[in-house]
Amino acid sequence: MEYFVQQLINGITLGSIYGLIAIGYTMVYGIIGMINFAHGDIFMVGAFLALIAFLVLVAIGVTAVPLALFIVLLVSMALTALYGWTVERIAYRPLRHSFRLAPLISAIGMSIVLQNYVQIAQGARVKPLPPLVHGGYTLFEGNDFAVRLSNIQIIVVVTTLVLMAAFSFLVARTRLGRNMRACEQDLKMAALVGIDVDRTISFTFVIGAALAAVAGLMFLLYYGVVDFFIGFLAGVKAFTAAVLGGIGSLPGAMIGGILIGLIETMWSAYFSIEYKDVAAFAILIIVLIFLPTGILGRPEVEKV
Amino acid sequence: MPNESEPDKPLDLHAAVKEAAIAALVALGLFALLIGIRTDQGPTGALVFTTRFGALAAIVSSVFVATLLRATLWRGASVSVTRLLPASVKTAASGLAGYAAAAFIVFALIVPIVFYGNRYLLDLAILIVTYTMLGFGLNIVVGLAGLLDLGYVAFYAVGAYSYALIAHYFGLSFWICLPLAGILAAFAGLLLGFPVLRLRGDYLAIVTLGFGEIIRLILLNWQNLTGGPNGISAIPRPSFFGLPFNPSEHGFAATFGLAYSPTHRVVFLYYVILALALLTNWVTLRLRRLPIGRAWEALREDEVACRALGVNTTTTKLTAFAMGAMFGGFAGAFFATRQGFISPESFTFAESALVLAIVVLGGMGSQLGVAIAATVMLGGFELFREFEQYRMLMFGAAMVAIVIYRPRGLVATRTPSVSLRDHKVIPAAIVRDARTETPA
Repeated sequence: MEYFVQQLINGITLGSIYGLIAIGYTMVYGIIGMINFAHGDIFMVGAFLALIAFLVLVAIGVTAVPLALFIVLLVSMALTALYGWTVERIAYRPLRHSFRLAPLISAIGMSIVLQNYVQIAQGARVKPLPPLVHGGYTLFEGNDFAVRLSNIQIIVVVTTLVLMAAFSFLVARTRLGRNMRACEQDLKMAALVGIDVDRTISFTFVIGAALAAVAGLMFLLYYGVVDFFIGFLAGVKAFTAAVLGGIGSLPGAMIGGILIGLIETMWSAYFSIEYKDVAAFAILIIVLIFLPTGILGRPEVEKV
Repeated sequence: MPNESEPDKPLDLHAAVKEAAIAALVALGLFALLIGIRTDQGPTGALVFTTRFGALAAIVSSVFVATLLRATLWRGASVSVTRLLPASVKTAASGLAGYAAAAFIVFALIVPIVFYGNRYLLDLAILIVTYTMLGFGLNIVVGLAGLLDLGYVAFYAVGAYSYALIAHYFGLSFWICLPLAGILAAFAGLLLGFPVLRLRGDYLAIVTLGFGEIIRLILLNWQNLTGGPNGISAIPRPSFFGLPFNPSEHGFAATFGLAYSPTHRVVFLYYVILALALLTNWVTLRLRRLPIGRAWEALREDEVACRALGVNTTTTKLTAFAMGAMFGGFAGAFFATRQGFISPESFTFAESALVLAIVVLGGMGSQLGVAIAATVMLGGFELFREFEQYRMLMFGAAMVAIVIYRPRGLVATRTPSVSLRDHKVIPAAIVRDARTETPA
């Protein structure tokens, strides 16, 4: 029982990170209907930017952890958002009216570019970061097993919740959010009623990338290591999460992320750690067979 | 975009400089931390960083100059060359395509004769033909049936491991294992096909990607059977009708009274894969004329209409998966016998992406396009061999560039599968896949 609760906590933490990445996939898919394959690598870039920003801050004498964390969060969000914007501008915008596979190929190309760019610029070895946030709470102790909730897990989950709330507010209440929802329903019609479609799509990428940067920072804090290849698997799992939750749906992305995180953690805890990724993919396939639109997705209407 | 402006518009230097300055600023933001600062593990194991502001300045200033040049000198240079050609030239060019294919095959046949002494080029040629074959196989699934498969490498892996394991445990020869590998891969295709029957578009893509990863992870973790990350080594080489390629007196060279040379085997392998690729091509072209092939193409264009016309979409999809998978399995068995060693590392998503890129950049559904794309991509890849570090970067950038400048692929025209008398070519402008359009 204690063991189960501990895995539950770990799973939710991991799932929050997946959920943050999944939002980027689900928003872009909702608006322009493409799999932004490079999104996982944007997350990786965000993690690297956070790491380097940390080192620079320490070098110039900012050593108070909360302040440093806050500055790093802002810097990596801003710069990663710039990456998201640039990728959209270079690789996707020229293909806006092209056939559907073209942006996907372009995205796969962009993903290769980002991965190798970071590998060349920063080297292929893993980058360790000493743990910055220490401490935690022992929730309760059972027969020689203590359930621990570390501060870092609290930070991850709380940040995710705050960002989700802020983001839901943005989509539901602001002008930008209204434009995004309009574009999601019908790009052409949105343009006809005076919405700057290009700008709205750019914003979508910027926001998605900024959230991915937060996920990158959380990943860095939680695991303490990054390398140039973390984007692929995290990206695939986050996309799986987006599909599981129902692609195009924001709460769906979060639920899907947490489910994938839980499945992965539980599987490695109770069955075998080697097959945890197999479990995640297998469950995706099973869900899609019985629930093709995901948990919160709208059924796709077939038009003839 | 600035280069879409009228070429005769007066040059606005002020705006051009402003645009270049903005681009340089963006570049500064992008590269300041990742290029300007390099992190490494110091002697104590903690990260230390060194600054590289020189490289940063060089990149930012070259972005500035490039944007400025594009905004001033190269305005209007993006006018498509094909649009400028008169119609007669285009018709002639499309007529040439038939000859081009023939020339391509003839060239492929004489490659080992021309480059006999050049082992490096022969190996490259084998690689190119292998990927051409994979491209042909995937073309059935993606190009003809319109089912987006991001996990094609799974069938390649199933084929390779089938041959390696059967040869290892049962000692069967390559020529017996080759069809077995194809059949097993086809079964894997059916296995993937069943759950994805109801899925469409991008859901299908992600499930196939997951399937590819599942296969790779199983190969990686089923240590008892597959050797895990160490892979399988000492996979038997193919023989020439029972004559092995070795210096023994029963070997190929001795039997034909030739001096033994390791190149014999390379040339033989080249012809094996070429024959397999041509077989794939021939089968594909024949299948396109059969009801099943027409059903595939109809399915690509419109699934709903297909069902309305009484096409059994289940069997159509399953046969497409199985057929594509079978050829992937053949190629996999060949890969195993050529390398003599396989490990899960050879079957990563990057391979699937490469094959898919070959198919899409070649022009979906065009056999010649696939062959050209495989040559261009892998040949280009080899050209950058000296820049080992940068070549994957260039490869990714080339993928983006090709898809932006030629979104329909290198051979964008489409030959109708069935025609009465004259073979008309459907121009790229009206080639359109209903199913692959973004839903309105």
